[in-house]
Amino acid sequence: MSKLQDSSLFQLTAARFRLFLREPEAVFWIFIFPILLAFGLGIAFRNRPADVLPVAATTLQLTQSLAADKGLTAKTLDETEGMRELTIGAIQLLAIQTPQGVTYQYDDTNPDARISRMLADRAIQAAAGRKDPVSAQNSLVHEAGSRYIDFVVPGLLGMNLMGSAIWGLGFSIVEARQKKLLKRMVASPMPRWQYLMAFLLSRLIMLVIEVIAFLGFARLVFGVPFHGSLWELALLCILTSLAFSSLGLLIASRARTMEAASGLMNLAMLPMWILSGVFFSASRFPAVIQPFVHALPLTAAIDALRGNMLQGMHLNQLIMPTAILLAWMVIPFAVALKIFRWR
Amino acid sequence: MSLTALQPDRKATVPGAALALRGLKKAFGDVQAVDGVDLEVQSGECFGLLGPNGAGKTTTIEICEGLTELDEGEVKLLGLDWKRNANELRQRIGIQLQETQFPDKLTVEETLRLFRSFFKRGISADEAIRTAQLEEKRKARVGTLSGGQKQRLAMATALVGDPELLFLDEPTTGLDPQARRHLWDLVDELKHAGRTIILTTHYMDEAERLCDRVAIMDQGKIIALGTVRELIASVGGEHIVEFAVKSSTDINTADLATQLKAIEGVHSHRIDAGLHQLSVTSLHTTVPRVFEEMEARGLTLTEFRTHSATLEDVFVALTGRNLRDE
Ligand SMILES: Nc1ncnc2c1ncn2[C@@H]1O[C@H](COP(=O)(O)OP(=O)(O)O)[C@@H](O)[C@H]1O
Ligand SMILES: [Mg+2]
Repeated sequence: MSKLQDSSLFQLTAARFRLFLREPEAVFWIFIFPILLAFGLGIAFRNRPADVLPVAATTLQLTQSLAADKGLTAKTLDETEGMRELTIGAIQLLAIQTPQGVTYQYDDTNPDARISRMLADRAIQAAAGRKDPVSAQNSLVHEAGSRYIDFVVPGLLGMNLMGSAIWGLGFSIVEARQKKLLKRMVASPMPRWQYLMAFLLSRLIMLVIEVIAFLGFARLVFGVPFHGSLWELALLCILTSLAFSSLGLLIASRARTMEAASGLMNLAMLPMWILSGVFFSASRFPAVIQPFVHALPLTAAIDALRGNMLQGMHLNQLIMPTAILLAWMVIPFAVALKIFRWR
Repeated sequence: MSLTALQPDRKATVPGAALALRGLKKAFGDVQAVDGVDLEVQSGECFGLLGPNGAGKTTTIEICEGLTELDEGEVKLLGLDWKRNANELRQRIGIQLQETQFPDKLTVEETLRLFRSFFKRGISADEAIRTAQLEEKRKARVGTLSGGQKQRLAMATALVGDPELLFLDEPTTGLDPQARRHLWDLVDELKHAGRTIILTTHYMDEAERLCDRVAIMDQGKIIALGTVRELIASVGGEHIVEFAVKSSTDINTADLATQLKAIEGVHSHRIDAGLHQLSVTSLHTTVPRVFEEMEARGLTLTEFRTHSATLEDVFVALTGRNLRDE
């Protein structure tokens, strides 16, 4: 047998890796779930062609004028029936022929209804002979990089890196402590730093699989863009994962039971799930809490990932989030080593 | 107490001592778990720490293993101490803790390879598997093993470093009789291979079966120390007579006790839940006298039995309690 295979760091890392792969739930949450989530969100928020809006008119002539607009479908209804369909939302607008001209019935707080009002008026005025003083052409843009799926993929990536690192380290360490395995390990000549290093090494190996599977999926299925350098993206993923591993280590450094550990982990992650801008921009939160929001490692990670992937920013343009991630990597790690309970 | 005569009075550390403890003390809050323990175990010896739950056995052994800080005293293993030679000691001792659960999803072989990798020298994982008789379970996940097999795996992880000194904390607690016997055979083999073994147990039969010398521990103190024979002889009688009499109101128990103790060859008498216990030197001269005494008083025997004295009886004689009172 080779020298490498006999080394304790190799054996510890291999054991970590085996234990992870033999835990089907963990494999699901880390590899499969993010892909399913991205797929679901991609489907739900895909950019559809502009909707055709349903409207109605009280005379056949008005209906024909309305139907001439490509943005509208029109039918003829009497006023009572029209009002009823309006209230249930089956049509957005009802054009009523009056002796003076036309009255539009619609809800002006509903954006679709207001668009219907503009399109309907334009169609009816055009049918009545109005000419546009300035001729205009339309050129349509559906650029990759500005869709919701493009926005949400770096967010999900950051969230996944957080979850896999914190859960991966937290649960395994506390379980080993609870089952007195940790005590048994330090009763042997195992170097303690190798025990912790094995977690980081196995995390980094898993990271490769995790990130490539997720981003590969996002690229192939949704054409999510990579405007920035892939090397820098890889570096950001590693940094993010190490920062969260360090936090996971800190959370697991003293807890004696799985219940305590899982409470602490959720407590640490909950603010980030809500505030760090996974699903919508973190800038929507009030200005007073922005400093707090930006100090969170997940906010920094997602800002950096979005900067790289969507805006093609380089590391030297991402100094702030990178520095925050580095701080989250170094400080919790140092504290965890100081207070770690080995038995 | 006459037994203290058996405590070693050698104060100087003998060169061959694999383990030497001096004035060991350890408290957890208000609980004085270990209360002044002196002990010496010779190289090649199989030594047993026997005592009821909570006696302080695990605390003592974990101080020896360098896992628990001591409050006072001195510990020397193989002539080394934990402060200066921790790394070397870890390489040279083998440890089985009272309650380790190895990862369920690793196989026996993977677990042993992992532990083997921590030691600079030692036996191969395969050899450890063979010694622990886990060949059929080599590829089985730890989670599928029986209690006895798990315990043998724990033993194997203690053996992979080919230790000079082996610590086993309650190796058979919770096992069924067959699994216990299987484990005893394994310890026997290790003994014959010349390893120094220190084990704790609250089973007196286990200590009698396995140990060259035994220390009986109670409430943090060693209350007796010696070979099993020495300890039993120290109680005075090699046999125990137990009997009960039909209850009636006019039994003068105190008087009966005095009379029984007066019989030649009776060393002690005690009553536990209506059961009289005598420790006697020879049955054939003493038992007829006991019967005569009963007859004279018109008492009817409802139970009568004798057995050779055991460590259990030693413990009872010393503490007035049973080993397994909990
Ligand atoms: N970590 C601990 N914290 C507090 N009390 C402890 C601890 N370990 C042991 N004790 C107490 O010390 C006493 C001796 O325990 P232990 O050494 O485990 O006994 P044994 O192994 O003989 O059953 C017991 O009263 C036990 O409750
Ligand atoms: Mg114990």
